[in-house]
Amino acid sequence: MAAPEYRIPGQATASPEPAEVAPAAVDQPSLGNARTVAQVLAESQVESVFEELDRDLVGLVPVKQRIRDIAALLVIDKLRMNVGLAAETPSLHMSFTGNPGTGKTTVALRMAEILHRLGYVRKGHLVAVTRDDLVGQYIGHTAPKTKEVLKKAMGGVLFIDEAYYLYRPENERDYGQEAIEILLQVMENQRDDLVVILAGYKDRMDTFFKSNPGMSSRIAHHLDFPDYSVDELHRIAERMLAQRHYRFGDGAAEVFHRYLERRIEQPHFANARSVRNALDRARLRQASRLFAAPDRELDREDLTTLLPQDLLASRVFAEGSKH
Amino acid sequence: MMTNPVGRITQGQFSFLPDLNDAEISAQIQYGLDKGYSWSVEYTDDPHPRNTFWEMFGMPMFDLRDAAGILMEVNNCRKTFPRHYIRLVAFDATRSIESIAMNFIVNRPENEPGFGLLRQESDGRNMRYTVRSYAGDKPEGERY
Repeated sequence: MAAPEYRIPGQATASPEPAEVAPAAVDQPSLGNARTVAQVLAESQVESVFEELDRDLVGLVPVKQRIRDIAALLVIDKLRMNVGLAAETPSLHMSFTGNPGTGKTTVALRMAEILHRLGYVRKGHLVAVTRDDLVGQYIGHTAPKTKEVLKKAMGGVLFIDEAYYLYRPENERDYGQEAIEILLQVMENQRDDLVVILAGYKDRMDTFFKSNPGMSSRIAHHLDFPDYSVDELHRIAERMLAQRHYRFGDGAAEVFHRYLERRIEQPHFANARSVRNALDRARLRQASRLFAAPDRELDREDLTTLLPQDLLASRVFAEGSKH
Repeated sequence: MMTNPVGRITQGQFSFLPDLNDAEISAQIQYGLDKGYSWSVEYTDDPHPRNTFWEMFGMPMFDLRDAAGILMEVNNCRKTFPRHYIRLVAFDATRSIESIAMNFIVNRPENEPGFGLLRQESDGRNMRYTVRSYAGDKPEGERY
């Protein structure tokens, strides 16, 4: 009987061949032989993300600078790797702190894009979760829940909004601690597969990090998002209106500026989110204004213009006049 | 003639090849994910070819984008059942297909004693044949 021509797996006589297989690099841009910064930038098209970042996001100068710094480090690391220098995967976990509506989620989305273009995350999707998605309701529920979220985020960015809720010091049997421990383990062992971004308000995140030193030490980049100034908010508002095909009519822009100056002093001011809500309410008033005249013929101009009276009807002005 | 002299179980894809390493498994998983399949991990210690329903290890994994998550679950299962058969199953949920699209073994016991052929004489000089796993004599959980 002729000996079989194939190698029988698992047989002792067969010489074990080391199976050299390139890791699954399906989606990654090829940065293998770049030698200059410009080449890496050109091949990974990170520049276009920066341009979008500058164009689409108003203000946030320190944040943009920090993102550029991080990207610069990643580019140089790529070049180091190409000439054979040791370049271990840097820790890319980040924490975004800032008041509500300062653009943390938006920047996280862009960050995922940048990391993907540079080849540090394989897929570049963003999985946004809060405490509810990670922490279970009874014993033994938390670990599978957290792991499922982690599995979904693999190859992308896991964005944990209001991360300080994970840790509840007042209840020592809170399951949040379990979620934190699983997170820490994966953050440490699978740095190549996953980037974790924690987001939340500054002061509460500080207490969170103080009570979880393990978490704090595993996060390399702490980015603080400043509040917007009135001018920046105004530019944001104009951009939002343009996106929805609206515009300020005669005098409405000045009124809105005054509105912002007042609103910013009031409690529960949520930066860009408050601007969006204010504009939504103005649209509502514009709609009822137009609705009130059923026989009038409405042209494009009428349908897109917000007039001063749409804004002046706001609660903010009403309260202002009382004083 | 012995066609399978080492008694290795040959079920599913790639089972005549040497065991896949983790990078190769990742590449296969990624291929399935890119096709839109959902992967799940199953294990058993009853390797009979007619035993098609293996135990599920956790829930099937929907909405995953990257192979690393599934490989994590495979490694988890390997840690829990180091001497069981473990396979990866890809489910294609496309309307009118709705069935298993890929299926391969990613972990097997070190020593696979294989199967014996049982002959049974029945009416007249008829012979009935069946196979019996040598490991199957022991109770579940102690087989390998």
